[in-house]
Amino acid sequence: MSVISFEIVYRGIYQKTLANKISRTLVLAAVKEGKQGISFGRYSDSPERNGIPAKLFGYIADNSEELQAVAAKYEPKQVDVSICVDDTLCKGVESWAWYGLQPINAVTKPGGTLIVTSNQKTAALVKHIHRRDTPYKIAIVPGGASMAGLWVYKNDGTDARCLGAALKAEPGICSMASLEQAIRENIGGDAHVEAARASFEDTRPDEIKPGEGNTEVPFTFQLLKWTEMREGVVIDGVGGHNDYRDMDGGYQPGRNEYFKKWSTRTMRPVVAFDKCTKCTLCWIACPDTVFDVTPDGYFDANMEACCGCGVCEAICPVADCITMVNEVIFEDRDSQYLMWKKDAKNYQGYVTEKRKAGKVEHRFPITGLAAAFSGVGLDGGHNQANAKAKSVKDFK
Amino acid sequence: MATVAQEKGAGIQLLTGSEVMANIVRLADVDVITAYPIRPYDTVMQYVSRFIANGEFDADYIPAESEHGQFEIVKHASACGARVFTGSSGVGWLYAMEPLAVTAGLRLPMVALVGCRALDDPGAFGTEHNDAMLVRDLGWLITFPDNAQEVVELGLLAYRVAEDPKVFLPCAIAMDGAFLTHSQATVKLPTQEQVNTFLPAYDRGDLLLHPDNPVTIAPQANEDWLMEVRRQSSEAAKRAYTVLKDAHKDFCRIFGENTNPFLDEYMTEDADVVLCGLGTLSLPVKVAIREMRKEGKKVGLVRLKWFRPFPTEELRASLSRFKAVGVVDRDYSFGSPFHGGILFNEVKAALYGSPKQPLMKGFVCGLGGREVLLENVKHMADQMFAIAKSGKADNQVEWIGVRG
Repeated sequence: MSVISFEIVYRGIYQKTLANKISRTLVLAAVKEGKQGISFGRYSDSPERNGIPAKLFGYIADNSEELQAVAAKYEPKQVDVSICVDDTLCKGVESWAWYGLQPINAVTKPGGTLIVTSNQKTAALVKHIHRRDTPYKIAIVPGGASMAGLWVYKNDGTDARCLGAALKAEPGICSMASLEQAIRENIGGDAHVEAARASFEDTRPDEIKPGEGNTEVPFTFQLLKWTEMREGVVIDGVGGHNDYRDMDGGYQPGRNEYFKKWSTRTMRPVVAFDKCTKCTLCWIACPDTVFDVTPDGYFDANMEACCGCGVCEAICPVADCITMVNEVIFEDRDSQYLMWKKDAKNYQGYVTEKRKAGKVEHRFPITGLAAAFSGVGLDGGHNQANAKAKSVKDFK
Repeated sequence: MATVAQEKGAGIQLLTGSEVMANIVRLADVDVITAYPIRPYDTVMQYVSRFIANGEFDADYIPAESEHGQFEIVKHASACGARVFTGSSGVGWLYAMEPLAVTAGLRLPMVALVGCRALDDPGAFGTEHNDAMLVRDLGWLITFPDNAQEVVELGLLAYRVAEDPKVFLPCAIAMDGAFLTHSQATVKLPTQEQVNTFLPAYDRGDLLLHPDNPVTIAPQANEDWLMEVRRQSSEAAKRAYTVLKDAHKDFCRIFGENTNPFLDEYMTEDADVVLCGLGTLSLPVKVAIREMRKEGKKVGLVRLKWFRPFPTEELRASLSRFKAVGVVDRDYSFGSPFHGGILFNEVKAALYGSPKQPLMKGFVCGLGGREVLLENVKHMADQMFAIAKSGKADNQVEWIGVRG
């Protein structure tokens, strides 16, 4: 019995079509060689709201009986290849339905490969990815997260390059010739085929040893029995706290400790407290009540709760006070306010450094989603940096 | 009728159930389509509108202001002789309940995709059959495909049977949300020529609402009239059975298929016990059956392809062959006889008075899109073996896969 399984973890809505193209083309390439395949959208826990981590998974089998045997188990417990099309998902995936935080490598089988589109190096990503006790491999497909709109996608070759890398990771899927033909039929022409080939050649998976990675224990959630749940679909509220962390004064709203939502974040606000006028607009406008009120009246964006929408940056009337910065360059979820209080000068350096390293440009005000619609991507348009094709136009 | 030149799409493709339905709508050359978004059904409209935008298909595509308006518009278009398509899911489908009732009452052959979804509250997206089942008493035909390929058969039969002048009843294609609407499988689409041969044009005859044929539809009536109207609907629903049987023969002939019109039986020839259910449940059940057969357990599956018309005679003939039958509901019917699911109670009613009755037990499982695991299926089958052995079935309906 020979079955190959794969998953594609992506940002709901923005990368839906991209993920679908990868999944579909992978299966169709294998079907060309007489294999059978199926691709599922794991939609029941990922309602594809903007940016919510979502997942597609699929199987390729030698015959329909083998395929049914694995498809009947629905979501694979282990996959040969995981494809993650946004490197900020390396911090973990909290699906919509209160399952806690799932490491991005949770179902990559021992010795399997996790493919990540990223401008970072493996060593930088491993700091985010939760450690585990079995080895696996990471293969980087160079480039930023290719984000697009609802039913559209940026035809920038990301799919073709992920497919080339997937074939390198798991050559049993099909031949390069079949993949090329499937790409031509389902994605695009010469530029895409060339990108897939180049990606196949360039992909050099790095071995990750057991125990290597982020030591944080991902938060979990215990699903209740029917006898334990309150009747009438009632959920108890969580009260706020009339103080800030362990200080007297200030206010922290009550937050759901089992459903934190921060893994939705692709960028985070960095607040230059020295510039803050305490106007309260960020605090009022934040759709997720993310700002804790400090005893001295500042507003501290809580990184356990922030979804990274960018509303605060858009509404802030003070130039360069709040800046949205690419989430992948952070390794903590600490309080910026406490950092600033501890050492204001040092914190100023931190703000400058982070802004320089990852300021997210080209966004519409309010939605913070211009990257998704303006065609530049959250990485500021560097998706093509390492692709063999010369410009985005080559992919049209 | 669409021209045969439109051959794009024939051959093996990787398609979701929704996508197959969109292709059926295109191949059936539907005239009027209305849409209002709710998942999981809405994916079909994504594909239909793409066909239209790409110039591959010509139809009036109307985004409505609500489900109520959505179903009203196609209801009226159907009265004017248009072949129509629409659909919804969950509580969206329920918001259209008034037009759903009157469409059947007016004998209009609307075809609708129900992307089966749990009814709110709590808001959930996973599949449950209660939404589609809510029209079961109104005259709607209801069919439950179990895979993307079967959508070709059941989708085409939906139009053929609904639009047959002996029937003129609406048809719901109840497709399991996510499991079928959103999973891509290899499918062979029929050719335009085959579809044209199978599906005659919709002809409403002298019932047509048209200036050249002055008629009034749906006047207010009172107790002197209504019961006779209901009796007509009852007869139409009865005739749907025979029309479907004949249409299915035609389908098999034209498309080179060899399926059973009403029941999908799997490994039943020598089975002692069977499980009985609807829709995509068949995948884990079939796989579990194969595994149990290796252990020497003679278990099979009897799946109903159509819930309306209900295949009473076929079920009586089929199920009487087994010692015990476990009916698996992906729905609920709170407070019903023995608190069983809808299918369980209907199957039991169908078999009452049958000369040879199997022992029966009801199971409720897979609600809200919960996966039906192989171990769940094996557990249910083992329960039925125990009942067959003891010769006794209690009236306890068992919930499968619920925590607690």
